[in-house]
Parts: sequence; C-alpha cells; structure tokens
Amino acid sequence: MWMSNLPPFLPFFVAALLVLVTRGYLRSIILIATPLLGGLHLWFDVQPFVPMVATDTLVTAKELSSTANILGYTLEFMRVDKLSLLFGYLFHIAALMAIIFALHVRDTTQQVASLLYAGSAIGAVFAGDLITLFLFWEGLALSSVFLIWARGTERATRSGIRYLIFQVISGVLLLAGALIYYDQNGTMAFNYIGLEGAAGWLIFLAFGVKCAFPLLHSWLVDAYPEATTTGSVFLSAFSTKLAVYALARGYPGTELLIYIGATMACFPIFYAVIENDLRRVLTYSMINQLGFMVVGIGIGTALALNGAVAHAFAHVIYKSLLFMSMGAVLFRVGNINGSDLGGLYKSMPWTATFCIIGAASISAFPLFSGFVAKSLIMSAALEDGYNIIWLMLLFAAAGVFHHAGIKIPYFAFFHHDSGIRTQEAPTNMLIAMTIAAALCLFIGMQPQYLYALLPWQLDYWPYDVSHVLAQLQILFFSALAFVWLNKRNMYPPELHSTNLDVDWLYRKLLPATGKSSINLLNSFNTLSLSVVRRTANSVKKVFRANSLSQYHLSESWPTGSMVLWIGIMLGGYLVMNAWF
Amino acid sequence: MDNKHNNDKTYFFDNPRNVSLLLRVFYVLCGILFAADFIVHRHTVHPWESFPGFYALYGFVACVLLVIIAKEIRKVLMRKEDYYDVDE
Repeated sequence: MWMSNLPPFLPFFVAALLVLVTRGYLRSIILIATPLLGGLHLWFDVQPFVPMVATDTLVTAKELSSTANILGYTLEFMRVDKLSLLFGYLFHIAALMAIIFALHVRDTTQQVASLLYAGSAIGAVFAGDLITLFLFWEGLALSSVFLIWARGTERATRSGIRYLIFQVISGVLLLAGALIYYDQNGTMAFNYIGLEGAAGWLIFLAFGVKCAFPLLHSWLVDAYPEATTTGSVFLSAFSTKLAVYALARGYPGTELLIYIGATMACFPIFYAVIENDLRRVLTYSMINQLGFMVVGIGIGTALALNGAVAHAFAHVIYKSLLFMSMGAVLFRVGNINGSDLGGLYKSMPWTATFCIIGAASISAFPLFSGFVAKSLIMSAALEDGYNIIWLMLLFAAAGVFHHAGIKIPYFAFFHHDSGIRTQEAPTNMLIAMTIAAALCLFIGMQPQYLYALLPWQLDYWPYDVSHVLAQLQILFFSALAFVWLNKRNMYPPELHSTNLDVDWLYRKLLPATGKSSINLLNSFNTLSLSVVRRTANSVKKVFRANSLSQYHLSESWPTGSMVLWIGIMLGGYLVMNAWF
Repeated sequence: MDNKHNNDKTYFFDNPRNVSLLLRVFYVLCGILFAADFIVHRHTVHPWESFPGFYALYGFVACVLLVIIAKEIRKVLMRKEDYYDVDE
C-alpha cells in the first residue's frame, strides 16, 4: 500500500490561506473538502507501523519520514500509531461536523481561526517530539481565542483574554518541562514521561491545565459559553481531548490521575444543576466526562486505556451534537438561559430530537455511544478493585444524566411554554446535527467498529443482560428522582445568576486585594509623610526658639556659624579617634 | 414526540392527559426494571451489585442528594447575574 508522509495538519493550514483569498461557494467547498479529503487520506493511505503493545510502556511506532529542520533541530510531524491515528480520525470528523454547522457564517476571521485550530489539534496529535507538540499547543491557544473574541461582546473579550492567559501558561509549562526533560534524558521524543522529577511534573501540569483538572478548570467554564454559537462547537471538540490524548501517551497508569479524574467527574455536576446558562451547563458536564477519561488513563490497564480513548471518541461527537443543538437555539432565539427558554420543541422539533439523542448518548443509554465507551472504564475500575472510585463514577454517571441528559433538553425544549416561537435551525446546522446523531447511534449499536480502532488489545462486549439492566436501572431511577423532585417542587428553579467558581479568585479576590493593598500603601504613605512633616516642624520650632537659631545654616552664611560647625565636626572627629 | 396539529397550535405536551399518560408508562417501566432484579440472574464483580435493587436505589438516592446538596451550595455561591461586570 502506498504510504503517505503528508503531515495531516498541512491541508488545514493551506486551506486557511486559501479561505483568505476566496469567497462564496468556492470558500465553502474548500472548508468542507479539507477535513473530508484529509480524513479519507488518513483512513486509506496512512497505516500504523507497529501495533501498540503492553500497557504502560507505550512502544512507539516507527515514524514515517516527515520531518522538518529548524535551526538544527528536527521536528517530528508524523508519528503514526493506533493511538495517534484514532485521535486523527476523530479530529477530522469533529472538524467536518463543526465546519458544516458553521457554514452559514460569513466571517473570515472565524473561518480562518477554526481551520488553524483544527489543524493545530491534528498536528499536535501526530507530533512525535515535545517541541513539535509545543508549537501546535500554542497554535491551538492562539487560533482558538479568536472564536471567543468573534462574539464581539465586552464579556467575550475579557473572557477570551483570561482564556488566552491560561493557555499560554500551559504552553510555557510544557516548554519548560520539555527543556528540562531534554537536559535529563537527552531526547525530546514524546513517549511515556511519568511523574519523575521537575520535567515530569511541569509537563503534567501543562497537560492538566488543558485538561481542566480541578482548580485549573475555570478557563473552560468561563470562556466556552462566551464563544460564538459556532465557535463553541469547535472549542468543545479539540483542546481538552488533545490533553486527554497527551495524558494517555505520557502518563498512562499514573495513580494520581485516578483521584484527579474522580474529583473531576463529581464536583462539576453540582454546579451543572444550579447553572442557568445551558452552554455553561454543558461545559461543566464536559469536565465531568473528562473525569471519566482521566480515571481510565490513571488505572492504566489495556481495558481502562481503551475505555479512556473510546470515551474521548464518543464524547467529542455527542458533545459537539449537544453544543450544536444549544448553538442552534442561541442562533434562533438569541438567548440560552434555562430560565427564559421552554416549549421550543414546538418550533424546533428537529433540533429537539437531535438534542435528545445527544443527551441519551452522554447519559450512556444502551444503544447510544456513551454506553459502549463508559462501560469500559466502569468495568476497569471494578476489576482493579477501585471500589470507592467506582461508586464515585456511578454517582457521576447518575448525575450527568440528571443535568445533561434531562435538564438540558427539558428546560430548553419542554418545561413550561415560554411563548417563544421561532424557526427550525438552518439546513446546514440540521445536516451537521444529523451526521453527529447518526454517529452517536451507529457507535452505540455497532461498537465493534470503534473497538477495532482502539489502540490496545480488547476483548469486551458491553451488551450483556447484567450490564444493560444495571445501566437502565440507574438511569430510570435517576429520572424518577427528577420527576419526584419536580412534583414536590424541590427541584431548584432556573434563576438568572452567577455561581462562584475558582475564577472568583482572580476575577474578584485578586483585583480586590490589589486595590486594597494599593489603598493601604497609599494611606501608609500619607501617614508616614505627615509624621515626618510633623516631626520636622516641631524640631524646627524647638530650634527657632533657641538662641542659636540665628546661626541657622544657609539662612545667611555668617562666618561665625561656619567656624562653629567646623569646630563641632573637628571635635566629633577627635572624639571618634579617641574612641576607636 | 412532537405531534403537531399544525394550525390550531395545540401540541402534544399541551394536553395534561398526554403528560400523565407518559408519566404512567414511565412509572410502570421503573417498576419492571426494579422487579427484574429479583428474576434475572446477574453476573456480578462486586458484592454490592448482587444486592437486589442496588443500582435503582443508588441512582435515586444519588440524584436526590445531588439536588439537595446543590440547593445548599446555591446559598453560598449564587450571586447576581452581573456580579463580575460591576465593580463593588
């Protein structure tokens, strides 16, 4: 078979240039053709060289020869193994769906930025060394921020700046870690890194910022809901899942990840229940889903790692679908607050149906994509005896159904009738949602095709009676809880509100501390000045009262006073001499 | 889902009888699923799994707790919508 060594990111970067000089239909064709042809090329012409073996010693496949020399350093653009290929396919699919969804947009900045963004993500996935990874890592940050700024609101601008600061910090940590890593190991190859030494921790932290680890997650929930209707679909697909890929490559079997992941799976669901902005609800549930993947990477067995990447694959598609359905609502209604919506199934029945398919997938209903992926991670946690973690994940699974599976479709499309009457989403949006929904169902019903793509050896089938029954029970009784709470009026109403999160630290506390410390310094300054002035004044007064004051220096320069002072100085000198 | 009777603007969920019918079907399904635990033999990895009704109870209790705790959290964390937009 013909082996291609065309780096898959390149078509995206070239297309970004072409988009700049074209318009109209030609531009649309370029936009769609790029991920479509790129993906087909990847599928047919690029094969992994070496199958992945063992679990936490990731043997790298022999690289294809696609390198570039910059300042004597060789950049490795084409490391192809089953792990990078899987994410390569995924990012092409995600890019295609998002591009179709955004096809009505007439905004060159957004179109160029989204191509560069998708291209950078794909470039990073195939990066064979840490410097190449770093370059694309920064590429992601710099291109994606325009999808936030393109919203054009004051909030979006500020949020975008905070987003960029986090992303750049992540990049700097990665570069610093990479340099130390090179110093210690004499190689820049991006393989298993592990938490050893400063390099390991720095790179871990860099990945952690991008993966929205707890306390480092606020950029995600801050920025994604502020992006444009189409921008958030792109954003939801790439950055965080690239981080999952990087963790799976660099830190499989790192036990710390299990606890980080379990925390990520649990804490955001509380926020999601009380959040009003439905796109922000989706970002919280995204952290929850990332938590499952991180746990899988932490467990590090073949089953768990396969679960993590399979879940990433399924997640990108259903999360895109959910962001698309909410984007369509925002596009038509101009508002995405749960408190103001309701009854939209009447005017947007297709969007509502697609949203329900996405919701069923994220909730891991049997026959939908989330089920076949999440089951791998749950089974791995049980088999390896992580009982508490398993219970936490079970809680998170019930919780995600509660807020993403029920709350999102319920408050947007059903609930009480808000009186809003609008149109169904534009055709291009409906096509994109159809593709995503079809994939959710296909993966859910025919998981063997996804399983065949998974990097590690897998012998698993999710559809057995015990498993399906358990999942249905947990989901139906979660729904029952929702119904019961609603009937008893115990369900928290959707309210116009902001909920404090970690970003409070740097959006309120830090500026307030800064302001008050400046005030404090100011008042200290005035106080000390007045003390000095008052002392000086009183000394002056005492001095003036004295008869010697007529010899006051520099008032006039009588010779007598000069003689007096010289006398005093000589005398002092004599005394000092005698002393020492 | 959306039985549209085009022009007279009554939709499926506008009729309370449809809603209560749907809910009744849902309750019956819940009952069947709960009963299944006593009939179906389940492969279990963990001893808790073989406790009848474990998943059903866990799901229900988890979600009720989730909502109750979230409501308490709201008392501490909730601010006005423009909280970050205005300087104090």
